[in-house]
Amino acid sequence: MTEFDDDSADDAATASRARRLTIALALSLGALSGLGAFTFGYGDGWAYLGNDPASCANCHVMQDSLDSWQHSSHHGVATCNDCHLSHDPLGKWVTKADNGFFHSLAFTTGRFAEPIRIKPRNRRVTQRACLHCHGDFVHALRDDHGDAPSCVHCHQSVGHALR
Amino acid sequence: MPQLSLHRVGERGVTRTALLLFLAALVGTVLVAWVLVVMFGRKMEARQRFVRLAQVSEVTTDPASWAVDFPDHYEGYIATAGDRFYGGSSAMPASKLDHFPWLKRLYAGYAFSLDYREARGHAYMLYDQGVTERVTKKPQAGACLHCHGWISVLYRKVGAAALVQPTDTETLAANFDMPAVMRGFQELSRKPYQEVLELLQQMPDGTPTGEATPFPQAPAGGFTGEYAGKQLPEGHQSLGDAHPVSCIDCHEPWSMRTRITRPGFVHGIQALAAGDAPVPHLPSIERWRRGSRAKPYDPNIDATRQEMRSFVCGQCHVEYYCANKDVLSFPWGEGLRMDDLEKVWEDKDFPDGSAFFDYRHGETGAPVFKVQHPEFEMWSQGIHARNGVSCADCHMPYQRRGAAKLSSHDVRSPLATVTASCQTCHNVPEVELVGRVTAIQDRTAGMLERAAAAMTAMLDAILEAQAAGVDDATLAELHALQRKAMWRLDYISSENSRGFHAPQEAARTLAESIDYSRQATVLALRSRAPAAPDTSGLERRPIQGVSRPDER
Repeated sequence: MTEFDDDSADDAATASRARRLTIALALSLGALSGLGAFTFGYGDGWAYLGNDPASCANCHVMQDSLDSWQHSSHHGVATCNDCHLSHDPLGKWVTKADNGFFHSLAFTTGRFAEPIRIKPRNRRVTQRACLHCHGDFVHALRDDHGDAPSCVHCHQSVGHALR
Repeated sequence: MPQLSLHRVGERGVTRTALLLFLAALVGTVLVAWVLVVMFGRKMEARQRFVRLAQVSEVTTDPASWAVDFPDHYEGYIATAGDRFYGGSSAMPASKLDHFPWLKRLYAGYAFSLDYREARGHAYMLYDQGVTERVTKKPQAGACLHCHGWISVLYRKVGAAALVQPTDTETLAANFDMPAVMRGFQELSRKPYQEVLELLQQMPDGTPTGEATPFPQAPAGGFTGEYAGKQLPEGHQSLGDAHPVSCIDCHEPWSMRTRITRPGFVHGIQALAAGDAPVPHLPSIERWRRGSRAKPYDPNIDATRQEMRSFVCGQCHVEYYCANKDVLSFPWGEGLRMDDLEKVWEDKDFPDGSAFFDYRHGETGAPVFKVQHPEFEMWSQGIHARNGVSCADCHMPYQRRGAAKLSSHDVRSPLATVTASCQTCHNVPEVELVGRVTAIQDRTAGMLERAAAAMTAMLDAILEAQAAGVDDATLAELHALQRKAMWRLDYISSENSRGFHAPQEAARTLAESIDYSRQATVLALRSRAPAAPDTSGLERRPIQGVSRPDER
């Protein structure tokens, strides 16, 4: 009897602890998802999944890049994504996620060097983007040894002019 | 009871997972909240550049009052002092006269041969002027304060009084009134330096008197000379503070737009616009020239925003006459090249009708010109000006503060900020850029030393000719050559970019200096040499092949 009584008291305590934990968990998950959804909306998170160049300047730091793109010769034919994302369907999202995360991290923490410079990986992406459209024209310059100059080495202002 | 314990073990696992999930959710919430707060801050920064808390007006000369609304700009301005303000005689920068002994001969007979030091930042401009022996040992004109202090309020007050207009603080605070400023400048330019400084110190600076100024005041009378360490004479009391160049000198207090406040620049740029010298790097002047020319060129109305980012610097970093025989003036009527400026001085007469010169050379007695610091004019000859790059683009590069962008107000050599100053346009490694700059500067320094050696050799040769009793006509010719040689040497030596602002122009100027020095030397030597023999009888060899057979 005594043992049974102890067990039932134990069970009651466990049950009330479980209830408290459930409520706390529900509250915290609710706060996270609520705040997360609001932040996503406030930061115009959906825009990053689209193709509008203005959304790249959402986080202010890209304003100069957006302005100089508008002055460039390519602004009528290529948006940010056309040059800065892979044209491979999967690679496109990998690149977007990679840059999205690290750009957010850098701009939130303020830890990045000025002037902003392109990373080697992203430089390869833009080089391939040049070739995606102009490949037929420059096939004679094909880079078989990895030592050919990049297109923008000479054609610096095609994407961003009058900086 | 094995079933029960199993049940309990399972329950503990669930509890642990739930607890971990709870903690993860907490951490996640905090992180998201942080991102949200940062995002909110950035959005605010992007929307609103500054918040108006302090009301600055046309008499708020004390930069500390502007700092309330513009703390980041003010921080840069204060940084021109270095990590802190270094006053006192032991903190004075190195003497150029010790480092370049030929400067003493170049400036012989002129106050620059007493004391001439390396420049310091904007923070020191008034302090250093107050203690230099050029000012404490020799009488100077009030025109010196055209640049070294915030003078426009005083100009306006004196000008308004001369024009019989109200001069109370409320009126002065209300608007800039350029005509009164121009008039006050005319009134004060030729007055003695100390007198104008005292007037300047009595002007309201928009803050309560007695409050500490951002930078200390120079000790009255400097460190050396007659009045060193002494109180001001009876009846001459310092009633307030004077500041070096500050916010109000380049910015309009209502709108913060850059503006011209210095009468010397207004006269100079008007003369430049009215002339016909090509100024492809200043499009607004070319536009004004094509127009009706009904009103004189007004930089505050006609100039582009980008031009203003150079013009505000060009109010002081230029060549000018600033002693007391005539009102301060910039010699820009013929153009902005070294020879254009020289021509203006050559053609100029003092109000008494005598020919213009800055000083009589202490050794040869030649009337010569002193070059100040023609940075604006040298920049005008260079590739950067031609490409629309302003002074501020390199010397006050853009900085980012969160989502906001501002010009660094720690005005200094771009070599200290290569990344922000140069690499915005020049997409090459920093070490390569610095290498290019030092190559230009080292070459200029090398040519400068050669020109200096040619100059001292010329002085020796002229002195020897004078000792030998050279005739007046030859001496006048020698003095003219000396003046041209010294003008060109001083032009590059005094200009503060060591040739970088316009490398080829600097080389041309020094080449001409060397040429004139050597021409003078040859003429001086010839004047006391025996008559040259006739050379017409000497054999001239006829044209041959590469070499003659008998010379093989």
